[in-house]
Amino acid sequence: MFENLSLLALQEYWWIIVALLGGLFVFMMFVQGGQTLVYTLGKTEVERDVLINSLGRKWELTFTTLVLFGGALFAAFPLFYAVSFGGAYFVWMGILFSFIVQAVSYEYRKKPSNVFGTKTYETFLYLNGAVGVLLVGTAVGTFFTGGNFVVNEMNLSQWTTPWYGLEAVLNPFNVIFAFMLFFLSRMQGALYFINNINEDMIVKRAKGSLKVHTLLFLVAFVYVTLFLLATDGFALNSATKIISIEPHKYLHNLIAMPLVSGMILFGAVLLLFGVFIALFKESKKGIWFSGLGTVLVGMGLFLLVGLGDTAYYPSLHDLQSSLTIANSSSSRFTLLTMSYVSLMVPFVLAYIVWAWRALDKEKITIAEVQSDPHHY
Amino acid sequence: MEHVSELVDWSRAQFALTALYHWIFVPLTLGLSFIIAIMETVYVKTNDEWWKKTTQFWMTLFAINFALGLATGIIMEFEFGTNWSNYSWIVGDIFGAPLAIEGIMAFFMESTFFAIMFFGWNKVSKKTHLLSTWLVAIGSNLSALWILIANGWMQHPVGMTFNPDSARNEMVDFWAVVLNPNAYSKFLHTISSGYVLASLFVIAVSSWYLLRGREIKFAKRSIIVAASFGMITSLYMLASGDESAHQVALNQPMKLAAMEGIYRGEERQGLVAAGILNPAKTIGDDKLDTFLVKVEIPYVLSVLGYHSLDAFVPGVNDLVYGNAEHKIMSVSEKMVVGKEAVSALGEYKVAQKANDEIAKQEAFKHFEASEKYLGYGYLKDPKEAVPDMPLVFYSFHTMVGLGSFFIFMFFMILYNSMTGDILKQKWLLLLGVLGLPLGYVAQEAGWIVAEAGRQPWAIQDMLPVHMATSNIAAGNVMITFWMFAVIFTALLIAEVSIMTKQIKIGPEGH
Repeated sequence: MFENLSLLALQEYWWIIVALLGGLFVFMMFVQGGQTLVYTLGKTEVERDVLINSLGRKWELTFTTLVLFGGALFAAFPLFYAVSFGGAYFVWMGILFSFIVQAVSYEYRKKPSNVFGTKTYETFLYLNGAVGVLLVGTAVGTFFTGGNFVVNEMNLSQWTTPWYGLEAVLNPFNVIFAFMLFFLSRMQGALYFINNINEDMIVKRAKGSLKVHTLLFLVAFVYVTLFLLATDGFALNSATKIISIEPHKYLHNLIAMPLVSGMILFGAVLLLFGVFIALFKESKKGIWFSGLGTVLVGMGLFLLVGLGDTAYYPSLHDLQSSLTIANSSSSRFTLLTMSYVSLMVPFVLAYIVWAWRALDKEKITIAEVQSDPHHY
Repeated sequence: MEHVSELVDWSRAQFALTALYHWIFVPLTLGLSFIIAIMETVYVKTNDEWWKKTTQFWMTLFAINFALGLATGIIMEFEFGTNWSNYSWIVGDIFGAPLAIEGIMAFFMESTFFAIMFFGWNKVSKKTHLLSTWLVAIGSNLSALWILIANGWMQHPVGMTFNPDSARNEMVDFWAVVLNPNAYSKFLHTISSGYVLASLFVIAVSSWYLLRGREIKFAKRSIIVAASFGMITSLYMLASGDESAHQVALNQPMKLAAMEGIYRGEERQGLVAAGILNPAKTIGDDKLDTFLVKVEIPYVLSVLGYHSLDAFVPGVNDLVYGNAEHKIMSVSEKMVVGKEAVSALGEYKVAQKANDEIAKQEAFKHFEASEKYLGYGYLKDPKEAVPDMPLVFYSFHTMVGLGSFFIFMFFMILYNSMTGDILKQKWLLLLGVLGLPLGYVAQEAGWIVAEAGRQPWAIQDMLPVHMATSNIAAGNVMITFWMFAVIFTALLIAEVSIMTKQIKIGPEGH
């Protein structure tokens, strides 16, 4: 069924999958956002236990999505894997460290003889939720603003600043983009708690937090949108393979790809609708609307920067080194083979949905957590 | 050149550190997941609450161990990009696929059903819960399968061709990669060693209870389950180890020579069961004895390695300097051909830039003729092609020695549990406790043989490690190395402390 697709069509198909996984990962970062709200929403130890146990049943899904996102990039766009991970070394290392400490914290936090004490593991969760998300946001920001690297004729790459990626924080767009993601993850975290926990005080505080973070998010989101509409982009001439700077490139892409602009717009509306019903309609279902909205906006942004003859990872040092889905992908054979593998995605999503529903049948309360034989 | 070798050393050190830490946690996950699934099956069949409690106790220990396995595992995946970025480009077209398949096919299964296994006791039916537990076991073992397909390909690359346009290896035969015989012998050997380690774990915990005179019923039952499981799986581990060594003999003769400490090859080669290498012996020197002392079993290596009594097993000297009689090409000859390939590739790139079709074709012809030894073109000295002999030799013998000892131990424990009262055999229980650290030593030694034995290659005969690293300053890798060393060690200390505490609390207090 994929045999008839051209190399470019397969590259686009894989970029769409990467974008979908990216969008799903942004949604799943409600876990990280939630981790930074534990002390804001949980005033007593028992309340914090409830919050952490509520996240504790989902955190692995976020972690696994990140692993799969990395795996898909490696298999489909190995040049990105090489250039960005090997070049923006310290950014990715920072992200990885934040996920190492997260992976043990749920399990070890309350266990007797855990050496470093409960507070340390709670700090780890906070660090993962704050530093981890901000670094992910900075890294994704460079998809629009570029990185300092060169790729030689053998396709081997080198970073050109001694800061190995950390210099990205000097670009205001990257920083605001990172904070947009951070506020979004906290909004999603609050919405998740509203959905998942049946304790009035926690839900009430979550709503308060949701209000604040929605406002903060909107400020950042408006800035990012205006910036993208106004800024120059990195365009590929598919005939000559030359990459050049095109004024209003992203605006042009939005006009040329109405499906993508519709996706971002519809996603943003759904996201705000989710917040609205949670705040003003006493609904617990806000997370589903805002979650789907987040996936659509996230996916839309990846499509905006990758499709339409755009360089999705521009080089600030040497324009012609910039990465496009055409010059950074795997061979046709590998993309084709992996396309068949991708047919497993709906099946995997189906059992995740089943497991999620099974675990969420009963909402989490203080009593429920305390009676569970394996609570964190 | 100096800074390149420093970069290679730090990059290898960091990857080895991550891999060795990762491998403290994985084998226990591979084996204990099945032991738990078997115990829960007994619970569902008999409806005996005692089995549920037992299952839950082992599950708690499983989760403590699993968390650090996850933490170290994600690092390994991304380190291919962060520290081996040339590698990621040069072989990513083949190597990335099994990693992505692992994520989608196995890792999600493992983590999704892990949540059901821990939090689903009161939320899904008994049978669904049992199914979830089995799926965690299957998922983690499937995960190992895809990772070992990837690793097997590094030991014996198949199913690809070099594309000079993209300057990388590209996959042409997916099934050759997936069905690589090297991957299967490795997979079977690795998972069976995981089952053995899990058996050692259960035996160690149970023996400790028995020595303390507590949890008698629990410990005695557990010890029988574990020793039986260990007895069967260790025999299987032995058989798969033999097949693994056969694969090494076929595809990585230099590694085999290092594993056995052979400098000069012979027909009817004996197997050194134990020995001390002569530290004064160097490559190319034919006068000094290789061993200060050794215990050798005649003929056995020829038979095990090549399944023939008369087979010639080449030594390091034959492989480095060549052996005309046995048609072995020397490393220097390979290097000469390899350098032709490197320069032809350079000419190809120049012609490509100049858009000179004729020159491109010409360069491609030269390249094709010498391509087979491209990797050797990047070596500076023939002696570079030899791995660290003492490291590989002693690691291999430690692994084999301990593996054999475990078979004996399982047998003794099983025999004594069945025929008498194991409580009276204090020495055997002490041995049972001691078996666990030895099990970890054997596990790590096995990976040192596999990876250090492949040096100087990242991909056997194709890509040397110094061509595979990221192009970054060595000092940066040194910084992250120490950060990893500190955080992994700190978390390991916490893990061991929590685990020991849970064991002290015991299944009854759980």
